[in-house]
Amino acid sequence: MDVANWLISTVSRALAFGVPLLWGTLGEIYAERAGVVNLGVEGMMILGAFLAFSVTQSTGHPGFGLLCAALVGGIAALFHAFLTVTLRANQYVSGLALSMFGLGLAGLLGRGWEGKPLGNPLPSLSFPGLSQVPVLGPMLFQDQTILTYLGIVLAVLLWLLLFRTRWGVAIRSVGENPATADALGINVALVRYLCVIFGGLLAGIGGGYLSVAYRPSWTEGMTAGMGWIVIALTIFAAWDPLQAIWGAFFFGALYHLSYRLQAFLAPELLKLMPYLFAIVVLAISGLGGRRRRGRAPGALGLPYVRGER
Amino acid sequence: MRRLGPFLLEPRLSPPRSVVFGVSILAVVVALLAAAPVFLGYGLSPWQAYAKIGRGIFGSWPSFSEVLRRATPLILCGVGLTLAFRAQFWNIGAEGQLLAGAVAATGVALFLPVPEGLRLPLMFLFGFLAGAIWGLIPAFLRVKLGVNDVISTLMMNYVMGYIVEWLVHGPWKGPTMRGFAYTDAFPLSARLSYLPGTRVHWLTLFLGVVLAAAVAFLLARTRLGYEIRVVGQNPDAGRYAGINFAVVLSLVMIISGGLAGLAGVGEVAGIHWRLRSPAQVSMNYGYTAIIVAWLARGSPVASIFTALLFGLIFAAGDYMKTTLGLPFQITGVFNGLMLFFLIGFDILMFWRVRIAQREKVWTSQIGS
Amino acid sequence: MVGSAQKGPAPTARPTLVSLRHITKRFPGVLANDQVDFEVRPGEVHALLGENGAGKTTLMNILYGLYRPDAGEIWVKGKKVEIRSPRDAITLGVGMVHQHFKLVLPHTVAENVALGLKGTPFFAPARAVAQRIRELSERYGLPVDPERRVWELSAGEQQRVEILKALIRGAEVLILDEPTSVLTPQEAQELFKVLLRMKEEGHGIIFISHKLDEVLSVADRITVMRRGKVVGTVSARETSKEELARMMVGREVVFRLTKAACKPGEEALLVQDLYARNDRGLLALKGVSFGICRGEILGIAGIAGNGQRELVEVLTGLRRAERGKVLLLGRDVTNRSPRFLSDLGCAHVPEERIRMGIVPGLSVEENLILKKHHRPPFCRWLFLEPRAIRAFAQRAVEEYAIMTPSLRTPAKLLSGGNIQRLILARELSGRPAVVVAAHPTYGLDVGATEQIRQLLLRQREEGAAVLLVSEDLEEIMELSDRIAVMFRGEIMGIVPAGEATLEELGLMMAGEKRVGAKG
Ligand SMILES: Nc1ncnc2c1ncn2[C@@H]1O[C@H](COP(=O)(O)OP(=O)(O)OP(=O)(O)O)[C@@H](O)[C@H]1O
Ligand SMILES: [Mg+2]
Repeated sequence: MDVANWLISTVSRALAFGVPLLWGTLGEIYAERAGVVNLGVEGMMILGAFLAFSVTQSTGHPGFGLLCAALVGGIAALFHAFLTVTLRANQYVSGLALSMFGLGLAGLLGRGWEGKPLGNPLPSLSFPGLSQVPVLGPMLFQDQTILTYLGIVLAVLLWLLLFRTRWGVAIRSVGENPATADALGINVALVRYLCVIFGGLLAGIGGGYLSVAYRPSWTEGMTAGMGWIVIALTIFAAWDPLQAIWGAFFFGALYHLSYRLQAFLAPELLKLMPYLFAIVVLAISGLGGRRRRGRAPGALGLPYVRGER
Repeated sequence: MRRLGPFLLEPRLSPPRSVVFGVSILAVVVALLAAAPVFLGYGLSPWQAYAKIGRGIFGSWPSFSEVLRRATPLILCGVGLTLAFRAQFWNIGAEGQLLAGAVAATGVALFLPVPEGLRLPLMFLFGFLAGAIWGLIPAFLRVKLGVNDVISTLMMNYVMGYIVEWLVHGPWKGPTMRGFAYTDAFPLSARLSYLPGTRVHWLTLFLGVVLAAAVAFLLARTRLGYEIRVVGQNPDAGRYAGINFAVVLSLVMIISGGLAGLAGVGEVAGIHWRLRSPAQVSMNYGYTAIIVAWLARGSPVASIFTALLFGLIFAAGDYMKTTLGLPFQITGVFNGLMLFFLIGFDILMFWRVRIAQREKVWTSQIGS
Repeated sequence: MVGSAQKGPAPTARPTLVSLRHITKRFPGVLANDQVDFEVRPGEVHALLGENGAGKTTLMNILYGLYRPDAGEIWVKGKKVEIRSPRDAITLGVGMVHQHFKLVLPHTVAENVALGLKGTPFFAPARAVAQRIRELSERYGLPVDPERRVWELSAGEQQRVEILKALIRGAEVLILDEPTSVLTPQEAQELFKVLLRMKEEGHGIIFISHKLDEVLSVADRITVMRRGKVVGTVSARETSKEELARMMVGREVVFRLTKAACKPGEEALLVQDLYARNDRGLLALKGVSFGICRGEILGIAGIAGNGQRELVEVLTGLRRAERGKVLLLGRDVTNRSPRFLSDLGCAHVPEERIRMGIVPGLSVEENLILKKHHRPPFCRWLFLEPRAIRAFAQRAVEEYAIMTPSLRTPAKLLSGGNIQRLILARELSGRPAVVVAAHPTYGLDVGATEQIRQLLLRQREEGAAVLLVSEDLEEIMELSDRIAVMFRGEIMGIVPAGEATLEELGLMMAGEKRVGAKG
C-alpha cells in the first residue's frame, strides 16, 4: 500500500511539475520549427512568473495574472524576434541576453514581493466522479489545475496544426528552407515573428504557473533553470509536440523525485539530477544516431536574407 | 543598395576596425541611456546617478581598485571564451568551470598535505585542470555524440553549482563555521596577497593579462591558432584541410575551461579564503564573461578592456547598493540590455550609409 | 528580329505577356543588369542565352519579385506593374523553376506543391492537392508520385515537381533557369516535349541556358546577354551556332582547345571495387574501379547525384569506403585521412569552392597555405613562419594571376574566378601526383574558365594524373583523354575521348547502355 501511495503521489506531482516544462517546450518547438532558437525561455518564464504573481496578488484574479504573464512573455519574445529576424543578430546571443535581462529585471522588480505567499492561487480542479476512481483518480484527477489538462490538449492541437494544416506546412517550410517558402509567396519574417511570439506567450504562462499554481509565492530565480531544460526537451522531443508531453512529464518526475528522495541522498545532489539527466538524455539520443531521433529543422539558427547565395 | 529616405544604404562585407569600435561604443552608450528609466523608477535622476557613480568610483584609488578586482575573473573567463567562440564552440559554461576551479583550489588549500610554499602554485595548477576537465566534457559530448554545446555547458553550470552547494553544506562544511555554509578558512599559505590598500589579488590579475597576450599570440602565430581560426570560420574547410576537429576543440576547451578555473582559484584564494555558496563565489562572472568576449569581438587582448568595462559596471553596482540604496540586480538588467544593444547594432557595421545624391538616382531612372 | 512563323503561331499577332524595360540592377561590385530589355509572348519559347555571370538569373529573379530592380519597368499583359515579392509575381501569372531547386527536401511532393497555394483547404491541404497534381501530371506528361518525399526523388523528378508547382499556380509565363543542367540528353528531350505542349496551350516560356545546341533546337527567339547587357535578340531560325557564340563571348570562339597528345606514364591512382554510402546511409558507390596514369586526364561524366561526389570524397579521405581499395602511387591509402593523402600528393579542387575550398574570413595568404600549414617551411615546431608564408603567397598570386588588393585581404572579398585561382594555386603548387578536380569551372566566366582548363592541361603535361568530374559534357569531352560515365554509383563504361559521341554518353548517363565488362 505504501508503494502504491508513493507511486500515486509521484505521478500526480510529476504531472504538476511537468506543466511549466510542457508549456515552455511547446512554445519553443514552434519557434524552432520556424527556424529560430530562443534561448530566452528562462528569462521569459521568470518574467511570466513574476508578473503572474504580482498581478494576481494585486487584483485577486489568477486568470488575469496568467494572461499578463503570457503578454510579458510575448513582448519579451517580440524583442528576440526583432533582433534575430529583422536585424539578423545571432540567435544564441540574443536569447542569452533575453535570459540575463529577464532574470535581472524580475529580480529587481520582485524585491518588494520576495517570499510572500499568494492569497488566492489558481484553484485545483475537482472531478467529483473521476477523482474517486482508485489509483487513477488520485494520480490524474486530484490536485491538478486547469493548466495541466489544457497543456495536454494544446499539445495535441499544436501537433495537428503543425502536421495537418496549411499553416503547419508553411511553418515547417520556413524552418526547413526559408528561400523556398519565400519563393512561393510566404512571408518568412511574419511566420517567424508569429512563431517566436507564440513561443513567448506559452513560456510566460509556463512561468506564471510556477508562481500562481505550483508554488504560489514569489522568490527570485524561482524558475531555477527550467527554461534551459525546456531547450533540451525541445531537442529531446524531436520538435514534435506530442513527444513533448511525455518528455515534460518525465522531467517533471525527475524534479519531483529530487525532493522525494531526500531521505537517501543529500538534497543538493538530488537537485542537480534534472540537469545531469538533460545531458545524459541528449547524449543517449546522440548514441542512437540522429536519423532515428529526427532532425533539427534545416534552417534552425540561420537568419534569412532574400537574395543571398 | 537600398534607399531609406534621404540615405543610401550600401552593404559591405568587412567593416573597418574604426567602425567596429565606433558601433560598439554607440551600443554601450545607448544601453546606458536605456537603463535610465530604472533610476527614475527609484526616484533618482539618471544623470546625477551616473555622475555620482563616476565620481565615487574614479574619485579614489581604493574605490577604483574595486574595478580591477571585479575585472580580474572577467578577464580570465573572457579570454577563454574568446578562444572558444573563435572555434565556434558555444561555451556558456564559464560559470561552472570557474566553480570547478574554486573547488579544486579549496581541496588543495584545505586537504592536501603539501609543503606550504607549493600550496598556491598547486592550487592554480589544480584549478586550471578542474576547469579544463569541466570544459572538456561538453567538447567530448559534442564531438562524439552531437550534444548541443549551449545546452551541455549550461547544464554543467547547474551541476557544478549544486556540487558546490553540497560540498559547503555537507562534507566540506567547516566545523568551526557553526551554522554557515562555508568551508573552513584557508591557511595563510593559501591566500593571495593584495595590492596595498586594496582587495586586488594582483597575481591573478597579472596572470589574466599575461594569458590574454599569450592567447592572442596563440591565435595569430601558432599552428594551433591557425587551425582554430579555420575550424571556427568554416568547419568544412577544416575537414577538407585535414584538421582534426576533435583534437582542436579539445585543446580549445582545455584552455578555455582552464582559464575560467584559474579565475575560480583567484576568487577563493584572493577574496573569500574559503569555499562558499556558488552565488557568492561567482556573482555570475561566467555569464558576464560572455558579454565581455562578445564585445571584444573575439580578440583576447580587447577582452582585457571590455572586462575592465564590466568590472566598472560591477563596481558601480556595489557602489549603488551601498551609497544610493539601489539593488544589485540592476547590473543584471544592465548587462542584458548591453548585450541586446551590442548585437542589435551589429548590423550597422555591415551597411555603409551615404546621403543620396538626387541627380544620381534620377539619371538611372530616366536615362535609356 | 521577327519570330518564326513555323515554330508556333505567329507570335507578333498576340500581345506580349511580359515585357521588361530598361532593367538595371547593381550588386556590390557588379552591374548585374544594365538597361536590359526583354519580352515574352504567349506560345513562344524565348531563350535567354549568356555565359556564367552574364546576369540571366538576376534578371529573372527581378521578374519573379525576389530582387527589386534599381531602375526599369515591368509590364505584364499591357499593364505596368510593381512586383514586390514572389506573391505578386504568382498572382500575375509568372512561375519560375530556379537553377537550384527551391524544394523542402524532407516534405512530400504534395506538401511542397501545397505550400502557399491559394485555395487549398486549411485542413489536410496535401491530400487536396494530390488529386490536382495527378491530373496535371497526366495532361503535360510529368509523372510524379505526390506521396513521395522530395529527397527520395531524382533531379529530373524534382524538376517536374517544380514545373507542376508553377503550373498549379496558373503560371502563364514559365521561367526555366538552366533546366537541362541536371538532365541527361534524353531527359532533356522529354522536357522539350513538355515545353512544346505548354507552348501549344499558349504559355510563354523563358528558357535560360548557356548551351547553344539546345537553345537552337527548342527556342523560337533568342536573346543573348553579356556582362549584364543585352547583346541582341534573334530568331532561332535565322541564326547559327557561330553567330550566337560570337554574341555571347564577344569575339570569335574556337570550339576546341589545343591539347598535346596523351603520353600516359605509370599508374598513379588505382581504384578497385569501391563501395561507399552517402549521407543518408544509402549505397552511393557500388563497385567502382578504374585507374589513371600520370599524364592523363580521366573525365567522370554523369548527372549530379550518381555517386560522383561520394567518389571524390572517398578519394580525398573525406568519406569512408565500405569496401574496396584505393592505391595512390602503388600504396594502399584506403580510408586514410585527408591530411595523409594531401601530404602524399593528392590535390583536391573541391566542388563547392566557397563552402569547402576557402576560409572566407582568413586572408588570401592564409588561405594559400591551408593544408600545408602544418609543414615546413610554413610551420616549424608549433609556430607559423610568417615570412615563408608571405613569400610563397607573393609567388602564387603572381604566377596564377590572382587579382587581389593585397595578400591580407579576406578571401571572401575575391570574385568567384579569383577564388578558384587561389584554390588551384594552392592545390597545384608542389607538384601533386594526382589532381582530383570537381566541377572546376562551374559558374566562372569565359576568361577564368579558359585559364583553369589550361592549368589542368598543364598539370597533365607535367605528369600529374587528373580526375576531372564535371556535369558539363562539352568540358569533359574537350579535356579528357578517357571518359568514364557514372550512373547510380556504378561506372557504365570507360571510353577513349576521341571515340565518344554525345548520344552514346547520354545513353550511358541514363543507365541504358553499358560499355565493356563491369569493373
Ligand atoms: N545576391 C547577389 N549578391 C551579389 N552579387 C550577385 C548576387 N547575385 C548575382 N550576383 C552577381 O551578379 C552577376 C550576375 O549573376 P547571375 O547569377 O545573374 O548570372 P547568370 O547569368 O545567371 O549566370 P549562371 O550561368 O552562372 O547562372 C554575377 O557577377 C554574380 O556574381
Ligand atoms: Mg544563373
